Amino acid sequence: MNKNEKYLRLSGLEPLVVTPESNFINVGERTNVAGSRKFLRLIKEEKYDEALAIARQQVEGGAQIIDINMDDGLLDGKVAMVRFMNLIAAEPDIARVPIMIDSSKWEIIEAGLQVAQGKCVVNSISLKEGEEQFIHHAKLIKRYGAAVVVMAFDEVGQADNYNRRIEICKRSYDILVNMVKFPPEDIIFDLNIFPVATGMDEHKRNAIDFIEATKWVRENLPYVSVSGGVSNVSFSFRGNDKVREAMHSVFLYYAIQAGMNIGIVNPTMLEVYDEIPKDLLEHVEDVILDRREDATERLLAFAETVVGAARENKVDLSWREKPLQERITHALVKGIDEFVVEDIEEARKLANKPIEVIEGNLMIGMNVVGDLFGSGKMFLPQVVKSARVMKRAVAYLLPYIEADKGEVSKANGKILLATVKGDVHDIGKNIVGVVLGCNNYDIVDLGVMVSPEKIIETAKAENVDVIGLSGLITPSLDEMAYLASEMERQNFTIPLLIGGATTSKAHTAVKIDTQYSNAVVHVHDASRAVTVVGDLLNNRINQKYIGDIKADYIKVREGFLNRSSSKEYVSLTEARENKFKIDWNSTEIQQPNFEGIQVYEDFDLSKLVDYIDWTPFFRTWELAGKYPAILNDKVVGKEATNLFTDAKLLLAKVLNENLLTAKAVFGIFPANSNVDDIEIYGDNKREIVTSTVRTLRQQLKKKEGTPSIALADFIAPKETNIEDHIGAFCVSTGFGTAELAAEFEKHHDDYNSIMIKALADRLAEAFAEYLHEKVRKEYWGYAVNEKYTNEDLIKESYKGIRPAPGYPACPDHLEKLTIWNLLSVKETIGVELTDSLAMWPAASVSGYYFANEQAKYFGVGKITMEQVEDFANRKKMEISEAKKWLNPNLAE
Amino acid sequence: MEDIRKILENKILVLDGAMGTMIQQYKFTEEDYRGEKFKDFHISVKGNNDMLSITQPKAIKEIHAKYLEAGADIIETNTFSSTTIAMADYEMEDFVYELNFQSAKIAKEIANEFTAKNPNKPRFVAGSIGPTNRTASMSPDVNDPGFRAVSFNDLRIAYKQQVEALIDGGVDVLLVETVFDTLNAKAALFAIEEVKDQRNIDIPIMLSGTITDASGRTLSGQTAEAFLISVAHIPLLTIGFNCALGAKQLTPHLEVLAKNSNLKISAHPNAGLPNAFGEYDESPEMMAAQIKEYLDKNLINIIGGCCGTTPAHIKAIADMVKDFKPRLVSEVNN
Repeated sequence: MNKNEKYLRLSGLEPLVVTPESNFINVGERTNVAGSRKFLRLIKEEKYDEALAIARQQVEGGAQIIDINMDDGLLDGKVAMVRFMNLIAAEPDIARVPIMIDSSKWEIIEAGLQVAQGKCVVNSISLKEGEEQFIHHAKLIKRYGAAVVVMAFDEVGQADNYNRRIEICKRSYDILVNMVKFPPEDIIFDLNIFPVATGMDEHKRNAIDFIEATKWVRENLPYVSVSGGVSNVSFSFRGNDKVREAMHSVFLYYAIQAGMNIGIVNPTMLEVYDEIPKDLLEHVEDVILDRREDATERLLAFAETVVGAARENKVDLSWREKPLQERITHALVKGIDEFVVEDIEEARKLANKPIEVIEGNLMIGMNVVGDLFGSGKMFLPQVVKSARVMKRAVAYLLPYIEADKGEVSKANGKILLATVKGDVHDIGKNIVGVVLGCNNYDIVDLGVMVSPEKIIETAKAENVDVIGLSGLITPSLDEMAYLASEMERQNFTIPLLIGGATTSKAHTAVKIDTQYSNAVVHVHDASRAVTVVGDLLNNRINQKYIGDIKADYIKVREGFLNRSSSKEYVSLTEARENKFKIDWNSTEIQQPNFEGIQVYEDFDLSKLVDYIDWTPFFRTWELAGKYPAILNDKVVGKEATNLFTDAKLLLAKVLNENLLTAKAVFGIFPANSNVDDIEIYGDNKREIVTSTVRTLRQQLKKKEGTPSIALADFIAPKETNIEDHIGAFCVSTGFGTAELAAEFEKHHDDYNSIMIKALADRLAEAFAEYLHEKVRKEYWGYAVNEKYTNEDLIKESYKGIRPAPGYPACPDHLEKLTIWNLLSVKETIGVELTDSLAMWPAASVSGYYFANEQAKYFGVGKITMEQVEDFANRKKMEISEAKKWLNPNLAE
Repeated sequence: MEDIRKILENKILVLDGAMGTMIQQYKFTEEDYRGEKFKDFHISVKGNNDMLSITQPKAIKEIHAKYLEAGADIIETNTFSSTTIAMADYEMEDFVYELNFQSAKIAKEIANEFTAKNPNKPRFVAGSIGPTNRTASMSPDVNDPGFRAVSFNDLRIAYKQQVEALIDGGVDVLLVETVFDTLNAKAALFAIEEVKDQRNIDIPIMLSGTITDASGRTLSGQTAEAFLISVAHIPLLTIGFNCALGAKQLTPHLEVLAKNSNLKISAHPNAGLPNAFGEYDESPEMMAAQIKEYLDKNLINIIGGCCGTTPAHIKAIADMVKDFKPRLVSEVNN
């Protein structure tokens, strides 16, 4: 970005800079009383909390600016605008975006400008009331520091054709830029979008005039932006969403090309341009671009059939009429496996050798998939479905190929994938395997908990071209570094890929890249894997590519080391003095209703469905956005909806057929803290210590008044003589997952194999949430009256916390052993710990319960060697052993 | 006298250091604060440093002189809290004009004396305009986040009075500083523009925000770049940061300004972080060493000190910057 360029720059708490490279800027419109009946009702009833939730949804849903309008006859618009904007200012997740102050009344606009610290957009001013007022308002807007939407409107009326639009815009621009000295980059023209296909001749050019005027404005009035409210254009087709969606897409397609860069668009009312059926597209384009005399009549007639088709809602099988190759490609792109055997059989009969079907028909289709995926027109879940079709086709052909004694076609390369020793998480690794498999790589997948010896041995025996390692828990990072050093020692030269949730570019650069002199690449997400592997195995460019990556990692390393050296840590004594102080005389200590251990053997899974947090599920599939807004997202909404439907189907099957088993064990025990330890007592006199939880304390130097927290701070110290308690739990919904996944894989269905694991993970989290609520309300009973929605639970707005070992508040995995002993987890519910202390089955959650109202989630962050030594001492273990486990948290 | 804008093209200018830290050393009593004029004032006034410009003008002049002696090119008037809003604590709203006028007058007199002694090094007076003790975009009441203790118009009117008096007293530059809430600053800038318009004058404006926590945001939640964008509508002599966490912590935020703006940049950091006793213990040498990083990175046009800095700090800085060129800005398209 060039600071010298005159770009439209806006701000909320964060900047929004609109450059020529920016994507279309979408303005959220639901906080507009004129456009949303619900919002109007909420403002009228002064339900500002719910009104704020609408603003938040807009921002979370991707609006980069939010339009606020309080123009309603029955409202005091000025009061409502000020009140609402003041409330927004107190919500950082909303206030981060700029606000568009939308009113036809100047007093409301000015009141809004006086309560916004960021740079807003005023919507709007125009020459309607004459030049004098226009200039007066523009000067004030400039002094308040806002950008402005200028309507193509003058003393005569609203511009409704090409010439009037450019005439008014030119005049407005000259006044603003030359007389008012208004920065031209802060001007946004609204060129009035009017309906087409109204049946009236004078409306025929409404869309094309807008588009052409947009082009003129962007070419002749330097630095300005152009915006408009898109839904107007399809006004005549109210009730026929299919046609309206197509009209919006076509209109935007051409308007954006002409230079429209800002707009109010409802993302749920938008079809993907490429997806509009050919005939509908043609009819709509005829209307939008005014290409035929009878365009309106033809679209009206056609619209009838579209309505009919939509109502019948039958599956469109017209593609079955097409030529063979098109059918195969269609099946692969759409992930439809219903007819694949039929089509492949037809192709096999036509081919000289069965292998040609793979090398020809199927590869043509998969190349289309690869291109669409590469250009962002397909998303991960679709690709995995394509792979399912591909695998089924290949499975059908294999017996013929073998009978023919033909060779299986040459793959692009052979990739070994493994989840490292001690780790059981493999969803991401499996996705990478599928995506690479789709791109004609041979995959050698060694599964989970693979020892380094086995990886090295297999890599040699299979003569693989690349090794890819995956892991989710922190100890896996050291395993990866170890494997890199082993590869170096044994003179490997092939590239090493690193992936998984805890891995990072920084860690790879600092800890792994240094171990291996050949290529090490951190692959941030599965979609990147194809390009990375492609570049690594391409003889023409790979030397340069590897060199670039090595150089980049050296830079990252230097940056990291410089940064880490600048951090200051306090001594452990100092940190302990600065502990999180709870006033034990006044804080409420609730004696639990239940003490001891309780086991759930076979819990009813259907009770957990309402507790599922779906957002991470979509993240697993690399679809970005929050649930449920993601279902309407303009980019991934459609695919997210499909994925969600599939997930719901599989979930229903799991519930109906009892395919997974949920188990839990938890306990509540008398406990007190002793410095950084939490002592758990076996008797009510609190004399026998049966277990000790060793907590870690923050040591990064804090600013005055901010405590250095350890979990022990949330439990009453021994010397207070207060009878405090702690809880611990382990839940699992993973029993049965591995068997189901294997079953799916047997049927070449990676899609559902990944899906079942992702679902099991969600159910485990939901179970943890459910159990925590039970404990809060019943077993411990300190929050008998709480009432939270699922959303509140996900945001963790309840009282008390349930931190899990291995996560920021207690990053040390070793304490899982304490929980396992305390609750006899393995004996009661069968969840086991691996060498690296990962839980098996993977879909399990364990942790502690802290009930104090002041208990909160925090991150321990980096600690010093002093604390590691102290920790080792307390645990009576070798310092080197403690260091190994705490290494990821040790300050450099 | 030469135009400060021209001098800035070729030279890094040095701003003075803390006023409060220096006043503390005089250990003034309640009686000293009251002086003759306020001897019968109805409430306690000890701690109202701005009023010392009226009751202890010699001391204030002496402090200015020490900074000028140390090499400061620009001294700030003793008016950080001289608005009706901030003076409400001492019920001295009625004296706001006099406070600003006297402070400006004292500063200008001593600055002129130094300029006369060495015309090659002209000295300037910046009218200090503080943030007041209220925030326009945050609620002081946790139970009512929509409440505001002060409105844009309250601030605009208060700032306008202050600005008029400072200009009447002879300041060369206006310095809107320690901005913790951008909306307060926008009200001050709005008022300044009104005065400029009404008097048909063009007085340079320096604007300086403060980033109060490690997350890199202002108290009111903006990032450095968002802050910059929010005040970019007013022609500014400089933009920068002051106070806050000390010189070292300021560097990344100054870099954001340098990267995204063509404006000249100022900084006047604290002498490190306050220790457990509320004292600042970064020595002049330590602070100068930190500031050298700004200079090495070519980030700065005006440099000075805030809380905890003394003439010794300013001397160390002034001695060092002599050898450095100011930040040059490419003027393409602007």
